[in-house]
Amino acid sequence: MESVGVEGVANEVRTAYESGKTRSLAWRRSQLKALQRLLYEEEEGMFRALKQDLGKHQAEAYRDEVGILIKSVNYALENLKKWMTPCRVPVPLLTFPTRGELVPEPLGVILIFSSWNFPIGLSLEPLIGAIAAGNAIVLKPSELAPASSNFLAKSVSKYLDSMSVKVVRGGPDVGQKLLEQKWDKIFFTGSSRVARIVMAAAAKHLTPVAVELGGKSPAIFDSLSSARDRKVAVERIVGAKWVPCSGQVCIGVDYVLVEEQFAPILIDQLKATLEKFYPRFDCLSRIINGQHFQRLSNLIKDPSVAATIIHGGSLDSETLFIEPTILLDPPLDAEIMNEEIFGPLLPIITVIVHVQVLTLPSRFQLKKIEDSIEFIRARPKPLVIYAFTKDEKLRSRITAETSSGSLTFNDTMIQFACDELPFGGVGGSGFGQYHGKFSFDMFSHTKAVLRRSFLLEFTFRYPPWDAWKLPFMRSVYHFDYVTLLLRVLGLKRG
Amino acid sequence: MENAAEEEAVGEGFDGARAAVLVAGLRRGFASGRTRSYDWRAAQLKGIVRMIDDKEAEIMAALHDDLAKPHMESYLHEISLAKAACTFALKEMKRWMKPEKVPTSITTFPSSAEIVSEPLGVVLVISAWNYPFLLSIDPVIGAIAAGNAVALKPSEVAPATSSLFATILPKYTDNSCVKVVEGSIPETTALLEQKWDKIFYTGNGKVGRIVMTAAAKHLTPVALELGGKCPVLVDSNVNVKVATKRIAVGKWGCNNGQACVAPDYILTTKSFAPTLVDAMKKTLEKFYGKDPLESPDLSRIVNAKHFRHLTSLLDDEKVSGTIVYGGQQDEKHLKIAPTLLLDVPHDSLIMKEEIFGPLLPIITFNEVEDCLDFINSKAKPLAAYLFTKDKRLEERFVKTVSAGGMLINDTALHLANPHLPFGGVGESGIGAYHGKFSFDSFSHKKAVLSRGFGGEAPARYPPYTPQKQKILRGLINGSIMALLLAILGWPRD
Repeated sequence: MESVGVEGVANEVRTAYESGKTRSLAWRRSQLKALQRLLYEEEEGMFRALKQDLGKHQAEAYRDEVGILIKSVNYALENLKKWMTPCRVPVPLLTFPTRGELVPEPLGVILIFSSWNFPIGLSLEPLIGAIAAGNAIVLKPSELAPASSNFLAKSVSKYLDSMSVKVVRGGPDVGQKLLEQKWDKIFFTGSSRVARIVMAAAAKHLTPVAVELGGKSPAIFDSLSSARDRKVAVERIVGAKWVPCSGQVCIGVDYVLVEEQFAPILIDQLKATLEKFYPRFDCLSRIINGQHFQRLSNLIKDPSVAATIIHGGSLDSETLFIEPTILLDPPLDAEIMNEEIFGPLLPIITVIVHVQVLTLPSRFQLKKIEDSIEFIRARPKPLVIYAFTKDEKLRSRITAETSSGSLTFNDTMIQFACDELPFGGVGGSGFGQYHGKFSFDMFSHTKAVLRRSFLLEFTFRYPPWDAWKLPFMRSVYHFDYVTLLLRVLGLKRG
Repeated sequence: MENAAEEEAVGEGFDGARAAVLVAGLRRGFASGRTRSYDWRAAQLKGIVRMIDDKEAEIMAALHDDLAKPHMESYLHEISLAKAACTFALKEMKRWMKPEKVPTSITTFPSSAEIVSEPLGVVLVISAWNYPFLLSIDPVIGAIAAGNAVALKPSEVAPATSSLFATILPKYTDNSCVKVVEGSIPETTALLEQKWDKIFYTGNGKVGRIVMTAAAKHLTPVALELGGKCPVLVDSNVNVKVATKRIAVGKWGCNNGQACVAPDYILTTKSFAPTLVDAMKKTLEKFYGKDPLESPDLSRIVNAKHFRHLTSLLDDEKVSGTIVYGGQQDEKHLKIAPTLLLDVPHDSLIMKEEIFGPLLPIITFNEVEDCLDFINSKAKPLAAYLFTKDKRLEERFVKTVSAGGMLINDTALHLANPHLPFGGVGESGIGAYHGKFSFDSFSHKKAVLSRGFGGEAPARYPPYTPQKQKILRGLINGSIMALLLAILGWPRD
């Protein structure tokens, strides 16, 4: 798209916002209801697009994208009026009569960049929040998922207010041109490398940003005595590795930490679960493109890494298929243990040597499961930490001693579906949180409003500041009403 | 305890290498875990309260050195507010630190969820010169309350206060986790090259952009407390005496206009302007006497550079010709008297940038409506003020004017209320603080979800039979039936 085109789009959306129409409850409701209709009526279209871009099975598409969006838009519609209502805040009695409140208002025009792995979900989820908060929006979906981009462009213009909500398609050059415009907030989901570019561009206009990144999200696997619990736990781990988009998921399990003695049980269960879930591989999404396929192949190309493969490992560059692969203790300095994997390769880590805090360990002995904490702390903060344990003490320690965007015990993925929990990263995994009301807040400015009247003046507020006024102000600031009253009545001095 | 070499390194020829050493020290302090305990945080805050009490005289003297700030202002606007921030945090911190339980839905049943506040880690606070004590210590209080280790870089444009901090803060707080770095551009640049977990900056938009650009390299979140042109819209149906007093104390009573929330310019109708100007003149004379340059109740202009900048705004004849009150200057003592200007040209420099001084333009329009349009044609300010008794105008103002914060029938007060978030929007900044908002600004809100091993839903997993898909749909949409089926383990393997 020409830069005039991008500038033209930005100007049109800005004009639409400035007309004031996106601010009304009616507009926001109508757009959210239109999204509801879109999600119901265009289900087939979404399934087709996701199948084309990622080979996603429709059940996966529904579970991870369409269904979640339906839930989110319903939640927003239910709560919209409540969110829009200003809330009162306490004011000191001293300043009576005064009314204080927090008034949410839209930021203005929002730019949303979404990623390719959940191209529809990660585009429309922030869109729901931005609309609920009364903004106008430009959405730039990832060009790596072109069928979904086209779907979004067509359906957004068909169902939503096309002057206030626009989709711009294209690659990095279009992204760059968009970044040259002035926005009131930029919401970015993707890689750290591109996030830096986005934030640096935003800095020129002092535009606030939210960046949803990734990281190496670990699963701590404690010993579980019940075989049934183990079965459930491993299904949930598999459910966070291969089941969603073949591991190309930011909240997936990147690697598992387990005590050496329990590794065999874990591995057996993993293999059994893989066999159960994938009698054939037609339910598995494919790798998005040749570039990522190459990147993933390279991770296991290194002989010292390849030697640790204990399951899977086969690749087909024609169909961009990588078999679910498990590795046992690949070298910690290999790339597979330093970059976010974002694919169907699962390292299991058991052998580690005592680590000095703040330096990356090269060999680390996981003597007991508690050592996982140190291992995780030595690394950048991930988007999510998963822990499978019934040990209360371990749970408390993990909660208190590790930091991550989210922390989920005994399950995986599902925190994403909780409207009441904020979703976002910290440190290397990003900043800014959304979902539910957090989405509304993310795209709002919460304006502090204090209302006073002309009654009740305290003349000691004003210059000239004779010495006698200072003690009055001291009483005021200590909210010492009694002393203040006495002073005002002239019954107390000095 | 910590390296003496490190201590020595901080403060002489502070470059990138020394900044890295400083940050490494703070990281070690934070990694030790000590900043996370309630006791540590409370001890630091109590230390700061003691510091303010013990050193009140020295603080006032430094503020007087830096700004000729009247003692009353130093007390009211810096010392009291700083102490209040500490005592408020001490009172509320236990509550803030407690995890917040949140309800969960059928989709994740059975589960329990909570939001746990945790410190971001090692944070940098860069402060400004106009309220050099408050704007340094207030964010530091928030950072400490949230359990972080913190480095403070006070403004070099207020050197007495900066060096006071460097001397006294280490005596009252844990030096391994709370550090002061003095310096100007080179030192600040060195600090900005490091990786922080958050950067909190108070100042102007130009440097705000530099801070955010540096933060982008490490994807460090920032809070920017900037400024803007805070408008005051004065309606005709007001108690004009009270209104002008409140405007005057918010303008000249706040560091002689050198305050981010000070009224920058007034808007009113052509018909009301004479009344307003008259009342304002009377108020000014009452506050500062016939010879304001001699009044002890006015701060001086901070330095010669800023003095020259302000006087240059009056260089334009079309501007100086509109002075209706004041205009006296004393370059030697860096004093400028409260000055009113009536109907400066809209495109003059004085109407383009934040004034940050004792010059107050009054712009008039035929209708109040036009005043609102004028405000909205400019960048969003840190604060916007309205004086009126007309409830409908009040509602329109609140609905259509966007600003960091807003006051009806008063000025500047909102920053003293710890229940109100203080911060800008658009050009006036990113993020907010004060009270719990300070705590939140320096915290990460971690979502913690706990499930058991029951309530498993085979419907989640492949192979995806039509039966499974049906249940899945029901589950996601909160259907009890679907939940029951899922709990009962349908479909059977």
